[in-house]
Amino acid sequence: MSNGPFALWRWEMLWSDKAVIFDGFVTTLLISILALLFALLLGVIFGLLGTSDRKTLRMVNRVYVEFFQNIPLLVQVFFIYNAFPFLGMRWSSFMIGVLGVGIYHGAYVAEVVRAGIHSIPKGQFEAAKAQGFDYLQMMGYIVIPQTIKIILPPLTNQAVNLIKNTSVLATISGLDLMYQADSWASQGRLSYGPAYVVAGVLYFIICFPLASWARWYERRIKSREHIQLSDNAKDELMMMAEDVL
Amino acid sequence: MILLDHIHKSFGKTEVLHDVNLRVGEGEKVVILGPSGAGKSTAIRCVNGLETPSSGSVFLDGIEMTPKNRISLVRKHCAMVFQQFNLYPHMTAMKNITLALVKLQKMSRAEAEERANECLDIVGLREKAMSLPSQLSGGQQQRVAIARALATNRKVLLFDEPTSALDPEMQGEVLNVMLKLSHEHGKTMIIVTHEMGFAKQAADRIVFIDGGLVTVDSTPDAFFNDPPNERVKQFLSKVLY
Repeated sequence: MSNGPFALWRWEMLWSDKAVIFDGFVTTLLISILALLFALLLGVIFGLLGTSDRKTLRMVNRVYVEFFQNIPLLVQVFFIYNAFPFLGMRWSSFMIGVLGVGIYHGAYVAEVVRAGIHSIPKGQFEAAKAQGFDYLQMMGYIVIPQTIKIILPPLTNQAVNLIKNTSVLATISGLDLMYQADSWASQGRLSYGPAYVVAGVLYFIICFPLASWARWYERRIKSREHIQLSDNAKDELMMMAEDVL
Repeated sequence: MILLDHIHKSFGKTEVLHDVNLRVGEGEKVVILGPSGAGKSTAIRCVNGLETPSSGSVFLDGIEMTPKNRISLVRKHCAMVFQQFNLYPHMTAMKNITLALVKLQKMSRAEAEERANECLDIVGLREKAMSLPSQLSGGQQQRVAIARALATNRKVLLFDEPTSALDPEMQGEVLNVMLKLSHEHGKTMIIVTHEMGFAKQAADRIVFIDGGLVTVDSTPDAFFNDPPNERVKQFLSKVLY
């Protein structure tokens, strides 16, 4: 029997234990989705703070962003996992995945949101103010709709990074995809080759379509503009499409 | 109806408005002239609170503007047309006009669209209702912006150098629309411009701002035919009209 890293029997073993890997895959998906939602929430709030007229609010944004961006995620995760219990806070690995990774990527999302809003010409804010829109109306009707188109691609990059970064949870028994693949291999016949390859492929399967979807969405928005309709005129768009067909 | 009372405005260490006092009555058409960088735009932007004076007060209909009541005062009284048009690029001309009507004035969509069409008629662009700003020429965009300002039916129309960003051939179409509006009695108009011909024809009063101060406040006739001081003479001699 061959003992190579990719020997056929290793693949067969992995196949028969596929439920373990699948479990990890589902956990990674779940943590990623929840962490992403959390990161978006934090990112929008702190991103908006970063565009405030008030210096103190902008400071809050800077502290959050610089703190979480400039300390490795692994250090943050280890800190929560190993040091928090001494403060009486014992978070499960799942919680650390959602909240820890969410807070970390929230800092990046905040930067994307802030940069996106800053890229909107000042005149747009002034026109909204001159018409008498309040802050939330200005953001909701005028600024954010224009911002979303611009920030969707970088935001998707963040989502992809977030998914990949959930793999650090393998170091704290996160029961995620990387953890399951690694522990399956190390507890059995050391079939690291197939385990890591499959894990890699599974990460790719989530991340690649996401990146592709964003590209498609971006193109769609652009082409819709091209046929001369605002995206607030979906009804008209539908009617026109029917006419053409 | 509009009162700028001892307005000072500094940006950092630069004082742009030294002591601006200006009273504009209901229905008056006031054209603000003056050299570049004299503070004309800053002054008009104080009227609707886009700039907050460093000291001094702005009164609209006898009510002093504060950070708290700015929005409600502006909603009630003011509309503005900008040098760079500032239409919302993700909305059609129609939607640009109806947004404030529906969201702020709580009109039904049908009412708002009817009103928008009336205003597009006034600026001669009804057929462009479904166009996005990017599909319109500069002159057309500015006319849509004027329609947007008109639609809210506010008494005060503020124009901040509305033709300065336009090619000469497009300035005429915008000026014609503004001239037409100036014949409406109810509207108060404050216009910052370099268009002397327009100022002569449309203004009830010419206000000359120089070095952050209102140095002249007179009728167009007196201003152009009998310049009140050397500075104005010098200014007029440099402007071709």
